Amino acid sequence: MNSLRTRLGSVLVVLLATTGLCNAQNATPNASPAAPSNGAPVFTGINYLAADAKADKAARTLAPYFSPAKTATAKPDADGFIRRWLLLEPINKPNPSNAVFTGTYVREALGHEAYPGQFATLPRDGQAVQVGNQSLTWHALDANRFDAKLFRLAYGLNKQTYGVIFWAVTVIDSPREMKDIRLAVGSNSASMWKLNDEEAASLFDDRRMVMDDVVSKPLTLKKGRNVLWGAVINGPGLSDFCVRFVDNHGQPIKDITVSAQ
Amino acid sequence: MKRNFLASAGFALAVLAGGPAAAQLAGEPYIHDPSTVVESDGKYFTFGTGGGGLMSDDGYTWHRGALRPGGGLAPDTIKIGDRYYVAYAVGGGGMSGGHASNVKVMWTKSLDPKSPNFGFHNVGIVASSNGVEDNDAIDPAFLYAKGHLWLSYGTYFGTIRIVELDPKTGDRVKGNKAVDVAIDMEASDMMYRDGWYYLLGTHGTCCDGPNSSYNIRVGRSRNIQGPYVDNMGIPLLHGGGKLVAAGAGRVYGVGHFGLLDLGDGVQKFSMHYEADMDRGGLSVLDIRPLLWKDGWPVGGDHFVPGTYEIQSERGGGALELAVDFVRIDVPRHRGPPPGMPAPGPNGAMPEPPPEGFSFFGPPKGPITPLPDMTLAQDSVNWPAGKIDVQLNDYMTRPHQKWTVTPVADAGGYPGAPYFKITIAETDRALTAMADGSVVAQPSFTGATEQLWRIDQLTDGTYRIMPKATGSQPLALTAIGRSSLALLKFEPNGDRARWNFRKP
Repeated sequence: MNSLRTRLGSVLVVLLATTGLCNAQNATPNASPAAPSNGAPVFTGINYLAADAKADKAARTLAPYFSPAKTATAKPDADGFIRRWLLLEPINKPNPSNAVFTGTYVREALGHEAYPGQFATLPRDGQAVQVGNQSLTWHALDANRFDAKLFRLAYGLNKQTYGVIFWAVTVIDSPREMKDIRLAVGSNSASMWKLNDEEAASLFDDRRMVMDDVVSKPLTLKKGRNVLWGAVINGPGLSDFCVRFVDNHGQPIKDITVSAQ
Repeated sequence: MKRNFLASAGFALAVLAGGPAAAQLAGEPYIHDPSTVVESDGKYFTFGTGGGGLMSDDGYTWHRGALRPGGGLAPDTIKIGDRYYVAYAVGGGGMSGGHASNVKVMWTKSLDPKSPNFGFHNVGIVASSNGVEDNDAIDPAFLYAKGHLWLSYGTYFGTIRIVELDPKTGDRVKGNKAVDVAIDMEASDMMYRDGWYYLLGTHGTCCDGPNSSYNIRVGRSRNIQGPYVDNMGIPLLHGGGKLVAAGAGRVYGVGHFGLLDLGDGVQKFSMHYEADMDRGGLSVLDIRPLLWKDGWPVGGDHFVPGTYEIQSERGGGALELAVDFVRIDVPRHRGPPPGMPAPGPNGAMPEPPPEGFSFFGPPKGPITPLPDMTLAQDSVNWPAGKIDVQLNDYMTRPHQKWTVTPVADAGGYPGAPYFKITIAETDRALTAMADGSVVAQPSFTGATEQLWRIDQLTDGTYRIMPKATGSQPLALTAIGRSSLALLKFEPNGDRARWNFRKP
């Protein structure tokens, strides 16, 4: 999303930062926090050193953004967001700016298998695949928030975080045939999604993630097993996506189950 | 109900009067990431990324000269008591530069470098990001509301956060913890109005000139700590945000909202355009009206010069020269033939109406368009000297059509130049008189009595004030349904509210 902001920001930092007449003198007190009454998250860590290096030395982990998918199936969350996904480690796709993500470019980048036989067989948790000169692994995960924070997946796995393509797939088990429902997607940045081998939603250009950003034409969920594939491409942005099914009134579809197998 | 209806009507009219946004500040308003425009020592100031900033004597013509130590990114300024607090970020904001950053605060008793009270004092670091967490502590913005001082900060790398500062010192309140309130946003700012906290921020692509899609969005909450939602109920923590302002016309990419509350129902907002095509695509400062509709802020447009009916919000009367009414001659529908009685009260007709008398159909012959009354027809009996002005039913007559034109090199006020208001196709100019009356003088001389300040109010109507107002600012006021005078502006009620309608 903020590719140019970030690139120029880095230049500005070099040119401008820390040249001030004012230096830090006071440390902010660090007493026990009182939780906000509205239940909003509280952040207790104020790091006055503000050093990337120090923070980066901590062991990387997928927590608190993802947890391993340990149960056979999962339900959508209270808002209908699908949180269980098989996620492929990022494919290297350097892009210094997201301004290139035209429909033509994104279709060229995402509109085909990343490796032979990808769509023929659902991947397994831990399965390694060869994409170009990269050996990449599929991970069956539950997103701990409504959105799947792909940047944190890459960061937690010590993979490249910018200039990447992420693939995702999940299996939707519907208790009955559901007609006239819609796939609602938000992604950072561009992405393409297909349900049961049919293109369902495409998000082009430099996208920021907004829930229900692109909502598909009416679709049908078959009774039983449905497979939803998606791919997200990003340059220097904070990659993530959120997906749910909604009805014609925008209300979430929640009486489905989701699995990674 | 009335207030709501009129506000809506005024808003619609404002839209009619508006047009494509264009940067219009004079001078050298070149800046990126401007801080909220603040008045100090009778001048206006804003600071940008990289130190320094702009200043202006009148809020319209801007030049370099503001001084801010500390460098860094995207500062903000607020006045509390006799102190001007300035927050800015050092570090962060970039992939290569990382996302570790500190927000620092300092204060001074004047922003004017020539003032003996000018001199910054450190407060210190009030917020930080470590470069790994889902936050990048840049783009700080203040809100002082209900005795509390709040600071929002953050960018696309993670969340926007809010912390509380001590308004007496500018330092972080002891024990206060940052709260996440939005994602996928930067250049945040906050407002408080009618029990609602408003969180504004910028979405879209920054820093790419005319390819930047920067646009200002808003959500609101009853609680400063959220949850903030947009007009569709979408949480800002889920990417929501109602549009406030975006690029249009010759300017691209609007970002870094800052509220400039001028009082009396006049609010404006400062921001930068990523690219002003009339200034070589450079990033520039602008100040535009801020309107409110159904509890949501709406970015207004600059007043568009042109010819208008100037309509009183009080009684709906149109500003006009007090001259004899001239009837439009319609050859096929002349008045009653000789001997026939004239129409009675309320246009009552004799029964049956005689042939050629009624303007009701069906037509008796070919239908042809009729011309409007011309200036020559209407002005045949106008006095040569000054003419009084009054309010009357709008009849599309030339003595009711006013051309509003910005006056070059006449200065201005925050966000706009002074205008002359003349009868269309003439030089006859609306003029403020020393006794508080208003007339139309035969010609425009450029005197301050003929320069008019036009501010759009938050409900979309306008306030009209002469530059020359004596001891106190005066505004065009409908003291009766048909009469007007210059009086101290009344922010409540409709006597001093005006609409500019396409004639």
